[in-house]
Amino acid sequence: MQLEQMYQEIILDHYRSPHGAGLRDPFDAESFQINPTCGDEITLRVRLDGGRVAEISHETLGCSISQASASVLTDLVVGRSVEDSLRVLTAFQEMAQGRGQVEPDEEVLGDGVAFAGVARYPARVKCALLGWMAFKDAVVRVGGTDRGAAEQNGTAATSDGKDAT
Amino acid sequence: MTAVEAPASRNGTAALDVAAVRADFAILSRTVRDGKPLVYLDSGATSQRPRQVLDAERAFLEQHNAAVHRGAHQLAEEATDAYESARARIATFVGADPASLVFTKNATEGINLVAYAMSNAATAGPEAARFTLGPGDEVVVTELEHHANLVPWQELCRRTGATLRWFSVGADGRLDLDSDPITERTKVVAFAHQSNVLGTVLPVAELVRRARAVGALTVLDACQSVPNRPVSFTALDVDFAAFSGHKMLGPSGVGVLYGRSDLLAAMPPFLTGGSMIEMVRMEGSTYAPPPQRFEAGVPMTSQAVGLGAAVDYLSGIGMDVVEAHEAALTGRALDALGEVPGVRVVGPTDLADRGGVVAFVVDGVHAHDVGQVLDDRGVAVRVGHHCAWPLHRRFGVAATVRASVHVYNTPAEIDALVDGVRAAQKFFGVG
Ligand SMILES: Cc1ncc(COP(=O)(O)O)c(C=O)c1O
Repeated sequence: MQLEQMYQEIILDHYRSPHGAGLRDPFDAESFQINPTCGDEITLRVRLDGGRVAEISHETLGCSISQASASVLTDLVVGRSVEDSLRVLTAFQEMAQGRGQVEPDEEVLGDGVAFAGVARYPARVKCALLGWMAFKDAVVRVGGTDRGAAEQNGTAATSDGKDAT
Repeated sequence: MTAVEAPASRNGTAALDVAAVRADFAILSRTVRDGKPLVYLDSGATSQRPRQVLDAERAFLEQHNAAVHRGAHQLAEEATDAYESARARIATFVGADPASLVFTKNATEGINLVAYAMSNAATAGPEAARFTLGPGDEVVVTELEHHANLVPWQELCRRTGATLRWFSVGADGRLDLDSDPITERTKVVAFAHQSNVLGTVLPVAELVRRARAVGALTVLDACQSVPNRPVSFTALDVDFAAFSGHKMLGPSGVGVLYGRSDLLAAMPPFLTGGSMIEMVRMEGSTYAPPPQRFEAGVPMTSQAVGLGAAVDYLSGIGMDVVEAHEAALTGRALDALGEVPGVRVVGPTDLADRGGVVAFVVDGVHAHDVGQVLDDRGVAVRVGHHCAWPLHRRFGVAATVRASVHVYNTPAEIDALVDGVRAAQKFFGVG
């Protein structure tokens, strides 16, 4: 069954009770990302503490994949150093954009490996990456890194969480 | 010219022989996603093409291909004849004079052509004065427009300093005629004949009357009407209209802009270059009469020929027959979806002034997820905002599922859609 390959139980669990859902204060940076092809949106806040990701909170208006992905992201990066979390991000992105050819490393990606099935559906890859691009963008805004922001995902970013359309 | 076989059903009241129609569309018998029969309910995005259209393109390319309106050799003559014959047949199909039809890449280009010609009018001399726009002038659109009939007008306003205004849409999915922003300042009124999301057919005659009363030009986005019902631009009395070949069983890469002859004659060009000139000197050039003035460069040719074959095919069936068939399918979809708890149709739920696109949301299941379940069952629909983002905002939804039908769809396919929606509810635990 193809459907179960994409919607693995882990994904459905995260979708039904997403971690990090609901915007929280205080935060160091906020990113608003939008998927122009379907209109899905995420507002994601990051709070850092001494070079570590202390808290992620987000509000996601989107499909099960984008909501579950933001939830998994929260689990994976909170507590990590910014550097480390960006390594996870790169691994997640490589898997998601790998068209099912990239063997995910469970050590690095944890529950994130459940999204390997999504990589077979090119139209849904952006859904899986929406939250991650918001995270990357938010971290850049705090000045935690000088890497490029969310453009690779083809999404629009705003500095203040206002509607980017 | 390019001979086209008689399609499956003749004009008239006889019921459509859908099986015979389907036999003309090879793609409809393929399977998808591990052997599931394809249920194609996305013709509102792009339709499939019958063998007759593909054959016409191939026959043209194998027998007559040459650059049209250039050269005097035999192939050039034949190619030009095929191209102009297609224009003439398409013109008949939409109730217009051939010289009032400009071939474009698609409807998007047709609408942009008008919008850019209006910008260019500022420096094009007195003849073009009626197309000029500036601060204090207004362009009126509606809240239900496809981005193709919204963004070009936003851009025209930005370039010229004019102001964009719009009709709003009621909760029933109908245009709110009381929200009318048309005033003496209005110079253009641009609107869809039928919404590509709601299915609503707009009251063209009334909008034309109101625009005319203040001397504004009308631009009709006919993308979702010309493919699906009899349309005569002359009878509708609009000034401009645009549609795309790929939504009417024809090729992609070809569309049509219709313009009233006197307007096209006075309108400055958008794209300039070869084929659109009258005389060229180093110091400057003069331009050919329409439609050539608006067809710069070597045009799409086999595609135009293919579109000619598509209108022959549709005419052979009869657009009244197509319309009735689509209405029956739409009614079936509205009834069946209406019986599924948690499904809400966005748009009119009765068939009056309504075409064959049905958009809906499923409580508790995002449109993408519904679409994924449908896709897994072989049912192809569109999910998202369908290039009508403001309209989706108006209804407070980020995305909808949209099923759209054409002449080759069957009642069983509507049932497959509805079964799939129920399956999605079950899969996500909301049904
Ligand atoms: C109502 C409407 N207008 C305009 C368009 C744009 O057509 P195209 O992309 O072929 O230019 C479409 C189709 O997507 C449409 O449905």
